[in-house]
Amino acid sequence: MNAMARLKYLGTETYEVFNRNKTSWAGLLLLSILLLIALLAPILAPYNPVEQNIIQRLQPPSSQFLLGTDYYGRDVLSRIIWGCRVSFVIGSISVGIAMFFGTIFGSLAGYKGGYLDHLIMGIMDVLMSIPILLMGLLIVAILGPSKVNLIIALALTMIPRFARIARAPTIAAKNKVYVEACQAMGFSDFRILVVHIFPNILGDLMVMGSIWMATAVRTEAALSFIGLGVNPPTATLGGMIREGFKDILSAPWASLFPGLVILLIVFSANLLGDGLRDALDPKLRNEN
Amino acid sequence: MLQYIIRRLLLAIPILIAVVTLVFFVVRMAPGDPAQVILGDSASQESLESMRSELGLDRPVLVQYGEFLFSVLRGDLGSSIIRNQSINTIVAEVMPYTIELTIAGVLMGVIFGIPLGVFSAVFRNSVADYFTRIGSLLGLSFPAFYSGILLLLAFSVYLGWFPVVSDPDMDNWGERIHMLILPAMNLGLIMMAYVVRSARSSMLETLGEDYIRTAKAKGLPEFIILYKHGLKNALIPVITIIGLYLGVLVGNSVLTEIVFNRPGLGKLILAALDERDYNLLQGLMVIYAFIIVLVNLVTDLTYGMVDPRIRKQ
Repeated sequence: MNAMARLKYLGTETYEVFNRNKTSWAGLLLLSILLLIALLAPILAPYNPVEQNIIQRLQPPSSQFLLGTDYYGRDVLSRIIWGCRVSFVIGSISVGIAMFFGTIFGSLAGYKGGYLDHLIMGIMDVLMSIPILLMGLLIVAILGPSKVNLIIALALTMIPRFARIARAPTIAAKNKVYVEACQAMGFSDFRILVVHIFPNILGDLMVMGSIWMATAVRTEAALSFIGLGVNPPTATLGGMIREGFKDILSAPWASLFPGLVILLIVFSANLLGDGLRDALDPKLRNEN
Repeated sequence: MLQYIIRRLLLAIPILIAVVTLVFFVVRMAPGDPAQVILGDSASQESLESMRSELGLDRPVLVQYGEFLFSVLRGDLGSSIIRNQSINTIVAEVMPYTIELTIAGVLMGVIFGIPLGVFSAVFRNSVADYFTRIGSLLGLSFPAFYSGILLLLAFSVYLGWFPVVSDPDMDNWGERIHMLILPAMNLGLIMMAYVVRSARSSMLETLGEDYIRTAKAKGLPEFIILYKHGLKNALIPVITIIGLYLGVLVGNSVLTEIVFNRPGLGKLILAALDERDYNLLQGLMVIYAFIIVLVNLVTDLTYGMVDPRIRKQ
């Protein structure tokens, strides 16, 4: 198969997987809409998200400010749109990094086995015994709040999850006859891993990717809520809840709307992951 | 079995040591001089020096590390210079609050989650099943601080059933339980979402087994099949989700304590951050890692006890 045909095959395969389960379509659709809003933030946001206007502070939702204004007179809708962007950037980059390194470490451990396997998986076990929120707290508190530090902290705790997913199928595939044949033909380990083993774990990676994307977005929001997120005045959804919390009785819109959007992002990522898992699980495939 | 327990215990020790090491060195990366943080900018050179030697900072990092590791292994987490108290004492004071909250949350999740999950599995693909599945997915998508805020608004502010700040007098049992309900509900609702999903899928798997079909063929009443043959075997995987989602549970308990202003380990972490009390922060991280490793050990052992195949691996 040449590269084009391979790509086309992968495309139809993915399409079929999505069609097996309608929730994955719903998740994908919701997530795409939110992603689009985040991408088009400069066009969609009606106001500057950081410009303060004390005269207009804590205005309830109106035709001028669709979702009201916050304590500093900033438009809540504009801040939510820009905040989405931060959530997506941090969520997707940290998951991307974790997926990349996790897959490499996991498949290397599984493929090589022995001493290297023990060493890699031992390190993964250590990283896994610190919950994601606490790892975020620790690293951001020590190294200072910034997007980069947040991404490092989130990626560090997620790498082991992807390593585990990559390891088991690699071990299973390693002993298959076709891999042995590749080895006999003198293919490099790298080529065997990428061409013959990686496609086996792609589905699992997609499922885990969307589920951990949900967790990463939620954790970033939690850290911003605690005050350890990206520094103000940058709009983050968690930070908006933190700032709006003190006026929650007089101006609930300033904190409740951003929370709703976090929930929506996390929910749609989970919906996508869950739908894909059902679609890919061979046990469930022929039912329904 | 004994051999299995010993092997698992031996595996847990290097993990703990490595976590202690990781936490120690990350904390040492903090910018600034801890002595300066404690004494403030106006401190004289001599007092800074004496504070450094009191903190042990004048010695090589590796010596400090060795001492810390050794004292942690003895069960001593050192002391907080800022609070002038041993960390063990500080932690012991708030530990009951966190334990109480976590257990109540998990119990709520299990008690309501298992029946709902079983119900959803038995009536699979019905409208009720559909709503349960979407509902549980929504539940586990909730950031714990947001659900906490919503619960506070609904039950404390509008209905006035519970206080806004839950800092109970631990000797007054009525108050203690009253103030526990809402935070535990926050933890429990999210836990329930995980339990429902796990109970549903493992029940579905069990219901597809041959012995269930045999029981049906024998003409056993539906209830007995579900209870005696189905549920018992479906419960085993539910044990593991407590181990699996322990990280989520710990994170959520921290956020719950912060939102409900309730004393506990999570609230203590926030205080340590505010006071820049890195010794305390380091101690708390070690405690949390210890709890995680311990609970994972217990779930593994329980699993090994129930399933002989796992012991043999």
